[in-house]
Amino acid sequence: MTEGLVVRGLSKRFGGLVVSDGLDFDLPPGARKALIGPNGAGKSTFANLVTGIHAPSSGSIRFDGADISDMDETARVRLGIAKTFQITTLFTGLTVRENLRLAVLERERRGFRLFCRADGDPEVEAEIAALMDQLALEPLADRVVERLAYGQQRLVELAMTLALKPRVLILDEPAAGVPGSETHLITDAIEALPADLAVLIIEHDMELVFRVARSIVVLVAGRILTEGTPAQIASDPQVRELYLGGAHG
Amino acid sequence: MKRALPFILLLAGTAAMYLLMPYNLAFATRILVMGIFVLSIDLVLGFAGIATLGQAAMYGAGAYAAALFAAHAWAEPVAGLAVGAAAGAVVALLSGLVLMRASGLTLIMLTIAVAALLAETANRARDLTGGADGLRVAFGPVLGLWEFDFIGQTGFCYAAAVGACVLGLLALVARSPFGLSLRGLQSSPARMAAIGAPVYPRRVAAYTLGGAIAGIAGALSAQVAGLVSLETFSFTLSAEALVMLILGGTGRLWGALLGTVLFMFAHHYAAAADPFNWLFAIGALVMVVVFVLPGGLLSLPGALKGGRHD
Amino acid sequence: MTLLLNIALDGIAYGMILFLVAVGLSVTMGLMRVVNLAHGGFALMGGALAHWAGADLGLGFWPALACAILGTVALALPLERLVYRRIYGFGELQQVLATIGLTFIVIAAVNRWQGSALLPVPLPETLSRTVDLGFRTLPAHRIAVILCGLGVILGLWLLLDRTRFGIRLRAAVDNRAIASAHGIVTDRIYMATFGLGAALAALGGVLGAELLPVDAYYPLRYMVLFLMVVAVGGMGSVTGSFAAALGLGITETAARYLVPDMATFAFYGIVILVLALRPQGLMGRIA
Ligand SMILES: Nc1ncnc2c1ncn2[C@@H]1O[C@H](COP(=O)(O)OP(=O)(O)OP(=O)(O)O)[C@@H](O)[C@H]1O
Ligand SMILES: [Mg+2]
Repeated sequence: MTEGLVVRGLSKRFGGLVVSDGLDFDLPPGARKALIGPNGAGKSTFANLVTGIHAPSSGSIRFDGADISDMDETARVRLGIAKTFQITTLFTGLTVRENLRLAVLERERRGFRLFCRADGDPEVEAEIAALMDQLALEPLADRVVERLAYGQQRLVELAMTLALKPRVLILDEPAAGVPGSETHLITDAIEALPADLAVLIIEHDMELVFRVARSIVVLVAGRILTEGTPAQIASDPQVRELYLGGAHG
Repeated sequence: MKRALPFILLLAGTAAMYLLMPYNLAFATRILVMGIFVLSIDLVLGFAGIATLGQAAMYGAGAYAAALFAAHAWAEPVAGLAVGAAAGAVVALLSGLVLMRASGLTLIMLTIAVAALLAETANRARDLTGGADGLRVAFGPVLGLWEFDFIGQTGFCYAAAVGACVLGLLALVARSPFGLSLRGLQSSPARMAAIGAPVYPRRVAAYTLGGAIAGIAGALSAQVAGLVSLETFSFTLSAEALVMLILGGTGRLWGALLGTVLFMFAHHYAAAADPFNWLFAIGALVMVVVFVLPGGLLSLPGALKGGRHD
Repeated sequence: MTLLLNIALDGIAYGMILFLVAVGLSVTMGLMRVVNLAHGGFALMGGALAHWAGADLGLGFWPALACAILGTVALALPLERLVYRRIYGFGELQQVLATIGLTFIVIAAVNRWQGSALLPVPLPETLSRTVDLGFRTLPAHRIAVILCGLGVILGLWLLLDRTRFGIRLRAAVDNRAIASAHGIVTDRIYMATFGLGAALAALGGVLGAELLPVDAYYPLRYMVLFLMVVAVGGMGSVTGSFAAALGLGITETAARYLVPDMATFAFYGIVILVLALRPQGLMGRIA
């Protein structure tokens, strides 16, 4: 079964502005793809279309053979399509541990349980501990998220999505704002992901892109300019012009 | 020990009211009823972040349902509480299906409109509800054992028992996965959806549970007073209860209770002396809390220490 | 036929009064995006000042009205600086609470000053006459209110759509940071707009007093009514408030004529229907 995520003719307009223009895109299980492109190219919008935050103007999204174009965000997440936000979106008033606990409990569909303790399941607590361990978040476990440094919040953002055990993982600029000394936590985490998980990473940090991606898609002004292996992309004259021409912010 | 402290204080406070105000038990009972009502708002607003100025819709529904049930079916109060809770839950569920899609100012307006609509319904259904004259109902003995007495001893003990049950229930809910998810809803609906939580059903569920508790408060008010009036639906009631909650501190059960007790006592004594100066004081207090102490009085010790509450 | 005319006439008159007392709120709440529950407080200030100018100073109706408007603005501007400026960035609920607190304080202050009885403003000779319209008579006062409402909507439209002030105001509201970067002094624009809202509140309070009598509890009694008109009309739209006020006024009046028991139902029913179907209100922009 190689199907995974299949996007055909996907378009999105905001008023008169065409932000996604007939995109065709595949993300089979086990894929490690990167989506790059200049600011405002429509990368985040594409991610939002796939996860159901925005409704497409036209086109279709299929996942494992089923059409999910009309599903809402919650249903898609429950199918296993999850993403991190470019702008950190966390439960700012809760602690790191509570954030992760909430994510794990919702994944387990326990959010409607009234008569047990949220922190009462040792298995859940162990899983949270392992996640925090992986991203070096343990020392911050009981700190309230809004009091963390931005880079630390980015790591929590990643942990929240990993806690969902997704089958398709979309990372929208996971390393933006993370200090250089800590980006290895992110690359390590991505490299440690299960082999059959499909990963799409949106990133401006080319070093990170070349480390984790096996295939790169270049998006410009809502259209796919080209797609290829890192080596092909690195030597593509169009891409070189795009990036060396100063369009990259 | 530290965890038990609020419970001990609460128990001592309730006992003190009973012993020190033997001729004012009706007032002490009203505090208890109001405490339950404010707790219901705390669940909806303090935990789930659903802004409402119309919680009286469910309070009134519970009050009228309990009174009508007693008048026409069975006068036993505990059964009446169940009926009141069901009425509050049904009103909250039906209106919540529409309301929980809205947010911000629109939501606040809709909650007010629903309460106003119910008030008008009760006003027009004069044959059933007595309209503006209110509805007088005699309730039977609690569980067939304890008659409501003239001084209000039974009423007080009964209200205290109901209050303890509601508080216990909410303390459970607050620590449950559901309670945690409500705090998540309040903090970031976008993140809730992104972790696969059904935001709208969860909000409806929170509103319905809050409605059931408001219904219990309303039913209790009808039973201890033997009277229901259109006031139970009033905007003033919703607004005052909200002020109590804000004074004490939202999102914490003790905050709701602290705010209620302080407000009710201040109101009882200050308003009796001079209603308009009372209004001045409460207005100033609300503004001080909003500007200086957004966490309410419960956050005062933490704010003074410069640290954070737990 | 006469019935229809009666409904239309009374409905428009009532709607116009609703519009006059609510339009100031539409300005502060709709344009400045601040939930201003204290709007009725400013209308009360106007009513109390007009009563005081008429009864204690012996001024005529028109000078008393001018005195009410100027006095209310003079009180509103410092309040904008001290209170409102600090709540523009707050969430709706905090704004609701802060302005409820302010409302309480205004009520207490007016009561201390003028007591809790009705605060009537005697109408001048010209307005207390009745005018014969052929099929019925109408108090001249109503006609004046209708004309005044039309004047206000026209004036606001000119001010907001046709003047530099209007353009700057909309720029300031849409994006404070960008507006200040373009050298627009947003603080002063906000203050001026707030003053305008307060002036309209005072005007509405005095002119609407025939249907919505003024006493110290005025702000609480009619708070919900004003809010409904603005919410149904849509935040950020003065024309929306105008349409909502007329629509609600005519609906309620029609219900009063046809099914008297149902008037209040009709009012709140329409409110819930509109807001459930269009949460942003009739003419509101989607946030
Ligand atoms: N909700 C929206 N309404 C209107 N326009 C939008 C909306 N979201 C995005 N846009 C516009 O769509 C275009 C693409 O935005 P998008 O965020 O997808 O770009 P991006 O490729 O992720 O850029 P960046 O690298 O800066 O994150 C931009 O011009 C943006 O202004
Ligand atoms: Mg982006």
